[in-house]
Amino acid sequence: MAVNLKQLAVEFEDPNKIGITSGHRLCPGCAAPMTAKMALMVAKHLGYDVVVGLATGCLEVSTTIFPYSAWSVPYIHNAFENVAATISGVETAYRALKKRGKLKREKPIKFIAFGGDGGTYDIGLQALSGAVERGHDFLYILYDNEGYMNTGNQRSGSTPPGSYTTTAPVGKKLPGKPQLKKNIVEIVAAHENVYAATATVGEPIDYMNKVEKALNFEGPSFIAVLSPCVRFWRIPNDAAVSITKLAVQSKYWPLYEVEKGVYRITKKPRSFKPIRDFLEQQGRFRALLSRPDADKVISMLQDYVDKRWERLLALEEATKDKPAR
Amino acid sequence: MADLKKWHELPIGGVIDKPATALAYKTGSWRVMRPIWHEDKCTSCMMCWLHCPDNSIVVKGGKMTGIDYEYCKGCGVCASVCPVKAIDMEPETKFLEEAE
Repeated sequence: MAVNLKQLAVEFEDPNKIGITSGHRLCPGCAAPMTAKMALMVAKHLGYDVVVGLATGCLEVSTTIFPYSAWSVPYIHNAFENVAATISGVETAYRALKKRGKLKREKPIKFIAFGGDGGTYDIGLQALSGAVERGHDFLYILYDNEGYMNTGNQRSGSTPPGSYTTTAPVGKKLPGKPQLKKNIVEIVAAHENVYAATATVGEPIDYMNKVEKALNFEGPSFIAVLSPCVRFWRIPNDAAVSITKLAVQSKYWPLYEVEKGVYRITKKPRSFKPIRDFLEQQGRFRALLSRPDADKVISMLQDYVDKRWERLLALEEATKDKPAR
Repeated sequence: MADLKKWHELPIGGVIDKPATALAYKTGSWRVMRPIWHEDKCTSCMMCWLHCPDNSIVVKGGKMTGIDYEYCKGCGVCASVCPVKAIDMEPETKFLEEAE
């Protein structure tokens, strides 16, 4: 089933059916609620009931300020580091109750965990790896805003080089964070029997197709969604969607999926844009761009994304029809 | 202040025991720029509806019918994703008199 927008619009005419309601306190133009609502709509459209788990992060603190909750689906939050462990416990409880015949419901339940990049790349990495290794049937959606934006722009394992953060500022000595971004999809894809993919809100149909595939996949699945933070990427409120389109075109965020070790690039742009275009649109790189050594960082980044794209193309060719398990 | 609940009337641990209570919190007051929808240009492609972070695009039977200003924070994503430019952003100050 390819996602049909008109059909979805009829089905979710009442916005309270989506699962995440209006009245949450995320910044205007934030991409995190888009990430959440698209995934929830696909899950419900496929006939599943959804249980959501949230790691600490913007999405969690802004949607569940006591006594308000913006969730109309069952929701669980535990701590920063353990959303994957929490949701795997919920999933196991569901399976156990079902096995003993204590659940009198027909509709199957799917478990979706949402985590930010702090709760996934850094703090929640071992809980995620454990849950994937144990093979729980859940979907982990990472909304990647490339920093600890909730607490005011600290560097995370996901922050790109040259970006301005309060803990790796662009100063006299350093041009921002010197290290490259961690490749989280490769880390998850290195586990056995897993579906891992990248997506972004700028390519919603591609993203929703991946959610569908991930939900129907038997076993753990993971989708990394590039989800801009308008506040600390220093972009205009309405730019979250256009900037991610540019991220795909500049090879900064290649769209691909890894199903049991088989790589597939889901979008191959006909022409590419230089990475400089992507950086120039964002205020977090402004301090870098005004430095004399800016070209060094940019050419390093350009070289990296080019090589990664070539590598992806080669992997796609090499792993064709060779699933690991 | 008078209608606030006492500590012993609140759920233990501050657990929220009802779903979707955030609907009582109207985020429309945050808005600085107001999206104005032009029905004649609109093709009901649903891109704005899909992207709106605050579920503020009102649709009926697969057609766009308006914008819910009670929750719209005025981010302008709807205007930026619109392929036919059927949504304009106008400063909220223009509508001050109208409200009074």
